[in-house]
Amino acid sequence: MSDQPATHPPAVSLRRRALCAAGLALPGLAGAQLRVEITGVGANQFPIAIAPFAGDAPAQVDLAKVIRDDLARSGAFRVVDAGATPVALPAAASVPADLASWKGRGADALAIGSVTRLADGRYDVRYRLFDAVKQASLDGQSFVVQAGQLRLTAHHIADRIYERLTGERGVFATRVAYVVQLSPTAFELVVADSDGANPQTALRSREPIISPAWSPDGAKLAYVSFESRKPVVYVHNVSTGQRQVVANFKGNNSAPAFSPDGRTLAVTLTRDGLAQIYLMNVDGSNVRRLTQSSGIDTEAVFSPDGKFIYFTSDRGGSPQIYRQGLDGGNAQRVSFGGEYAISPDVSPDGKSLAYVARRGGRFQVMLLDLERGSEIPLTDTAKDESPSFAPNGKLVLYATEVGGRGVLGTASSDGRARARLTGPAGDIREPTWGPLIK
Amino acid sequence: MTVSPFLRGLAAAALCAGLLAGCSSVPLDEPAAPVVDKSNDPAAAGAADPRAVAKVDTTGGKAVDPLNDPANPLSKRSVFFDFDSFTVKPEFQGVVEAHGRYLAANKSRNIVIEGNTDERGGREYNLALGQKRAEAVKQRLQLLGVGDRQIETVSFGKEKPKALGSTEEAWAQNRRADIVYK
Repeated sequence: MSDQPATHPPAVSLRRRALCAAGLALPGLAGAQLRVEITGVGANQFPIAIAPFAGDAPAQVDLAKVIRDDLARSGAFRVVDAGATPVALPAAASVPADLASWKGRGADALAIGSVTRLADGRYDVRYRLFDAVKQASLDGQSFVVQAGQLRLTAHHIADRIYERLTGERGVFATRVAYVVQLSPTAFELVVADSDGANPQTALRSREPIISPAWSPDGAKLAYVSFESRKPVVYVHNVSTGQRQVVANFKGNNSAPAFSPDGRTLAVTLTRDGLAQIYLMNVDGSNVRRLTQSSGIDTEAVFSPDGKFIYFTSDRGGSPQIYRQGLDGGNAQRVSFGGEYAISPDVSPDGKSLAYVARRGGRFQVMLLDLERGSEIPLTDTAKDESPSFAPNGKLVLYATEVGGRGVLGTASSDGRARARLTGPAGDIREPTWGPLIK
Repeated sequence: MTVSPFLRGLAAAALCAGLLAGCSSVPLDEPAAPVVDKSNDPAAAGAADPRAVAKVDTTGGKAVDPLNDPANPLSKRSVFFDFDSFTVKPEFQGVVEAHGRYLAANKSRNIVIEGNTDERGGREYNLALGQKRAEAVKQRLQLLGVGDRQIETVSFGKEKPKALGSTEEAWAQNRRADIVYK
């Protein structure tokens, strides 16, 4: 018998993902935020200084630190020490008088900000970004937000800095979902910020939960729950807690994935005997079989243009990754590096595939260039699972085991910049990176 | 309960010896002793037969369910598999056959077969492999005459291990299909 999904207080509106301050949110048994350690740095890092923000932010939200940690974790930046003294914003349309000295301190760019509490209890947040080499202003933005949105605002600023300096979309304001196992009979599906902060429990159960998958609009999670003593696929609205069984046929129902337009689900069903991939509407209706093989076909993910699925199949003897068009046609094998390849995820630009290879008994996340066919390992651990691309394609989130505990990791697409995310209790697994919210 | 032929013979011999010891022997060339007829003796008719055996039943009138009889192969409910395999090995065919015969003879009994894998490898792939293990046992039961409707198959993949740890012993314990009677 399952427990009810956690409900959120009605005051919380998640239209703009306004995250509750810690005191208002339902604290999960999963507890405090994930601890993040950088375990590897990127090759070409842009040196940047983020000055402590001036003003009166609440003590528990250090915006400059959130921004520094975001940029460092991306692997694309080396954060230069900015000291402990807040730096005042210069007058509009001018640059700080001492900007050149920041270049002397090793920073090619400098961000300055302020947080001011308004009479109605909201906060006025301002930030500006300067090029310390060209002595020029690069960006500026001001926000008016609730106290509970300050951390998210810091992530938005980090995204803007990232975009201005790398040309790529930032993902710091996105969310991730993962499963925590606290005991043999305690499982939670958790939604957290991309830095592991603000974990909130979406589902608490005495039976396992696996394979969570975000809808493209970030509002729903599909997952497999064993609460009925067999695997059943649910679609679950994260902000309301409303959920629906969409696949409960004879045998297994598993491996859900949303199409890019959010209207179709791919699922793995064994109702006809073998594990095969089927498509259905997101409410579970209009079920039709997609793959036809005499092996195990599972773990479908859609290509970004919605025209193909990539999936795991052992039709050739051992599990490998295949691609098949949704309009029919034969499946083509795309993984060739070894004897065992599973758990594909395709990059947002459709050009790369992350998957798990078993080589000599080790399970490692690999990144495959689909056009060239070349691949590199992204990790140096041995029990990797469940790779998931960030929505800008620059990082891969995955699960692994360190010191006998289940933890998460991120790796940059060149494999060099790495971080580890550890929970306060239990084993963490099955991560999936949420979408960019328009 | 099976009794060895030797013990059976010994018991028979002892029984015969006892019977002979209880009898008095009558020499054949003497006049026969007068026959004592007690068949109409009122006292004899009312008394209990000293050689009768009355049954006292503490089972509530039901026979022992063979499923619960530890001496019956039906009490074994698990089939174990080799790594990456869903083939039922010869050493488990006896267990499968016992359940097959029982279910074929008891059409109102239903089972769920739960397939499991060891912890190595991906969760979804192992979920499918566990299902293949359950299906392999189901197919053998169907060949023995068990109806399709009597058997449901489910898989837990690697999600509900019986043995924890990363040793060969734990892995072998978890590569398993369980027959569960409803």
